This record gives sequence, C-alpha cells and structure tokens, in this order.
Amino acid sequence: MPAKTKFEVKLGPATREAFGRTLAELGRENKDIVVCDADLSKSTMTTYFAKEFPERFVSCGIAEANMAAIAAGLAYAGKIPVISSFSAFCMNKGFEQLRCCVAYPKLNVKVVGTHSGISLGEDGPSQMSVEETALACALVGFVVISPADELSCKALFRAAVAHKGPVFVRTGRPKAPIIYSADRKFEIGKAIEVVEGRDVTVIANGLLVAEAILAAGALESEGISVRVLDMHTVKPLDRDAIERAASETGAIVVAEEHLVDSGLGVRVAQVVAETRPCPMEFVGINDTYAESGQTEELLDKYGLVARDVATAVRKVVARKRA
Amino acid sequence: MIGAAKSGHPGGSLSAVEIVVELFFNTMKIDPKNPQWPDRDRFILSKGHAAPVLYAAMAEAGYADTPIDKLNTLRKLGSVYQGHPDVRYIPSLEASTGSLGEGLSVALGMGIAARLDGRPSRTFAMFGDGEIQEGQIWEAAMAGAFHKLDNVVAIVDYNGIQLDGFVKDIMEVAPLADKWRSFGWHTLEIDGHNPAAVRKAFEEAAATKGKPTCIVAHTIKGKGVSFMENNPKFHGVAPTPAEVTLALQELQ
Repeated sequence: MPAKTKFEVKLGPATREAFGRTLAELGRENKDIVVCDADLSKSTMTTYFAKEFPERFVSCGIAEANMAAIAAGLAYAGKIPVISSFSAFCMNKGFEQLRCCVAYPKLNVKVVGTHSGISLGEDGPSQMSVEETALACALVGFVVISPADELSCKALFRAAVAHKGPVFVRTGRPKAPIIYSADRKFEIGKAIEVVEGRDVTVIANGLLVAEAILAAGALESEGISVRVLDMHTVKPLDRDAIERAASETGAIVVAEEHLVDSGLGVRVAQVVAETRPCPMEFVGINDTYAESGQTEELLDKYGLVARDVATAVRKVVARKRA
Repeated sequence: MIGAAKSGHPGGSLSAVEIVVELFFNTMKIDPKNPQWPDRDRFILSKGHAAPVLYAAMAEAGYADTPIDKLNTLRKLGSVYQGHPDVRYIPSLEASTGSLGEGLSVALGMGIAARLDGRPSRTFAMFGDGEIQEGQIWEAAMAGAFHKLDNVVAIVDYNGIQLDGFVKDIMEVAPLADKWRSFGWHTLEIDGHNPAAVRKAFEEAAATKGKPTCIVAHTIKGKGVSFMENNPKFHGVAPTPAEVTLALQELQ
C-alpha cells in the first residue's frame, strides 16, 4: 500500500499498452484466443498479438457492429474472442450487437475499450467515450472492469479472459500513474483499499485513483483521514467494501472519469442506499461533451483532479458533521 | 402453431419452407442425437421471426430439445418455442436471433472458427430481403468475401414483402444478385420453392472455393396458402381460427 503522505505521481505505461502486451502473452498460452480489430490495432495495441499470431487476428475493417457479431459466432464455436476499439466506437456503434448477439445468449466474448474518457486528449469529443461504463453495465450478465494502472490492468485482463462469460474492460490512452507494486493480487469484484482512513472514503477507479490518493495526502494536514478504495470492478460491485466504508467512515465520495449521473457513482449510491445510507458526493463529468486539449488540461478543466476530489471530501465531511 | 399462438409471422415462414427442409433433411451434415458434434454444419435463421419453420424442421429432425408435441405452445409463457429463436431455451439452436441484420456476421465468426480448427463445417445463414436494408448485412458481405469464407453460404429469402408493405415501396433492394456479385460473392438466383433447384444451389456452393456463396432465392410470401400468398397483411399477423382451418386444408 502506498503511504499517502509519500505518494508521488510516477507515470507508467498506459492501460491500453498493458492490455496489448498481456494479450500477446495470453496468445502464447491459449490457442483459443482470437482477436478482432476495427482498423485501430496500432492504437488499441492489439498489434502485438497481430504480429505474433496473424492467423488468429481477424481484421474487421471500420465496422464495429459486424465485429461484435463475428465475435459472437467465434464464441458459439468455442473460441475466446477479444474485440477491441476505442470505447466510443466498440460500445456505441456495437452496442446493439453486444446486446442481442453477445449478452442475450451470454457468450464468452471479451470487449476491450481503449481511449476511454476525456483523457485521450487532442482528438476531441467524437472520439471521447463518456458513457461506456453506463452502456457496459446495461448489458445483462457482463462483468465491467476499469483498471487504474499497468499492473492492475495486466492482472485484471488476465482474470477477464479466465472468466467464463462476457466482460468489458475499460482502458485509457495516456500513460497511467503507477499505483501498485508487483506483489499486489487482484480479483474481479474485490475492491482494493489503497489508503487507510477513518473519516471519509473516496471510491474511485481508472485515472481518478491517483487523484484520490493525492487528495487524501493533502487532506491529512487538515486533519481529515481519507480512505481510498480502488473500485476497479464496476459490475459486480464489491458490496461488502462499500457497506464497510459507509458504516466505518460515514461519508463517501465517488470519483470517476465518466458522466457523473450514469457511471460508478450512481451504482455505489444504490448500494449505500440499500445498506448504510450516509452523505455522498460525486466527482465526474457533468452532462457535457468536452473538447480538444492535452490530457492534464482537460482533467483540470472538467473537474477531475485531486483538487476536485478534495473539495468534494470537505463538503461531504461537513455534511456528515452537521 | 401461429394460429394457436394468436401472434407470429406466417408469411415469412412459408416462403422459407423448401429451403429449410432441404438444409435439415439433406444438405446439412448434422446429428440431431448429438447436437454439439463439433464438425456439424450450422444453420442460422437471421430472419428470426420465421422461427416456426425452423422449430417445425428441428422437431421433425428429432432434436431432444424441440419436442414435436409442444409445437403448439409457440409464444406461450414458459415454452421453449420463444417468439424468436433463443438458445437459452433450445441449446440445439445455433444462435439466438431476432434483431435483423446480424445473423450473417455470426455465421462469418463460425466460418472463421471452423477454418482455424480445420473442421469441414459449413454455416448457412438465411435472411429476408427487407432485412438486408440493415447496413450490417453489407459490412458482413464485405468481410465474408475479404476473408474468403467459402464455408459460409448466405441465403436471401427474396419474397418481396416486409412488414409495412412491398419491399420496392419501403426501400428497394434490387438489383440484389448484382449487389452480392459486386461484393465478391459467388451468386446464384433460384426458384426457392423448387426443391431440386435448392439442392443444386447448395451443391454448387459446396464446390465453390475461395469465395463465399450467396443464394438469392425467389420466393412467395405465404406460399401454399392462397389468401396469404403475396399478401403483406400476413407478414406479422396470425390467421384467425377460420383462416387456420382453410390454410391447413390447402397445405395438405
């Protein structure tokens, strides 16, 4: 566990890079893995797999709907298809096929969305996915995972492939702050307490885990003890960890790089409402499409940095004490 | 079946009868007693609303999960005979379908898998002429030819009618055979109600290597029932009890 006071942001490889490297490793271990890509293999990093296993790499062209349904056919025939594109395209353009061809018969298809959120930067809103978690969670029977850094992405993608059934894995374009060391174990559906704390819990995933740790460090000097949970699995949620956070700290902030009214936050709030109601605040994207810019500029402008997490924490703690 | 259910799509089931019968009782290498046999041929009814013709064929072929004495439970709560084919209820089905435009893509995935595994399996996907208004069909048409999937056969049930009326009045799809040829498919045009022609087309598809085959089957919606033939009303409306009696007499 990183000591919060000593946490410094050190960038590691992007989660999409971790996915691509792990996919090639898995290709060596399991000949049933077949990869489908929609003309973005150099961006989604399925190119490593494609170079090593060209016969198991299915070029689908720029046709995400067809790709999702081809994956269904592969899965019916016993393969483990991994399909990949930007989250904005594989989820939005392939959604109906993921629903009727994959989720409905509950097929063993893995969908990996890259370039998720607004942190992809300069390409702007047409390429930015701000709703992929909502869409993925609306697919019945899907497991939905949003890893924070390289190591967690590698381990959780491995777990996704080992899982029997459909999985969506959300990855990002920019280099991701290193959160974990090599000895950490990851399990689908099991949140990780990355910072211990008593007064309030920040539940985050993706890039917001690092921001939450930074906020926790800053708030320590204000006498606020912040617990940080990495809720890497959005579906199924770790209900026990959420209930413990609510009962032990009595206040919760949820932080995510996603539309704030349809992602991790509302799902956590449902569990809190069902178990231990307590004050909550939410950090996310507020019903808007962003714009072109650099990753850091965008996260800052759209309220997704440590400062915004800290503001939400102060607010929720004040409500708790009121 | 559809009369008992009081809902369903009689016209599109009747236009597909000869093709489905030829597939299940001659062309396809299947073993209804061993439905998961990996080397089997596969049939995907992309036009899932024609489920009754598929259910009847599978029941007659003797699959354990398609009991013949339950066919009249079609569309009833708890029935395995769901309104559209559903593998959760009938595992011997090759795919759940019903949302139009998707079955050919699923067939391509099966074709790719068979090739990777070196299996002789062929996959047949049948869709309607209205259905090909869906853009995904043309994504699949491109992909099937690009990947040279000669183990996949597309069958267009070209009956000229869709829910709202005649295809030519809703969104014209002609010239159909030219479209498939230009997309790189070996394309045949046949009378879809002539069993010998249907069989010969599937034989020609088997002999065609290096490219997939598309069979444009000219058919008559509601074939065999005089008052249903070429009548758009019977795309998605069940016959009345009196009409059922009349239809069954004509079909005998």
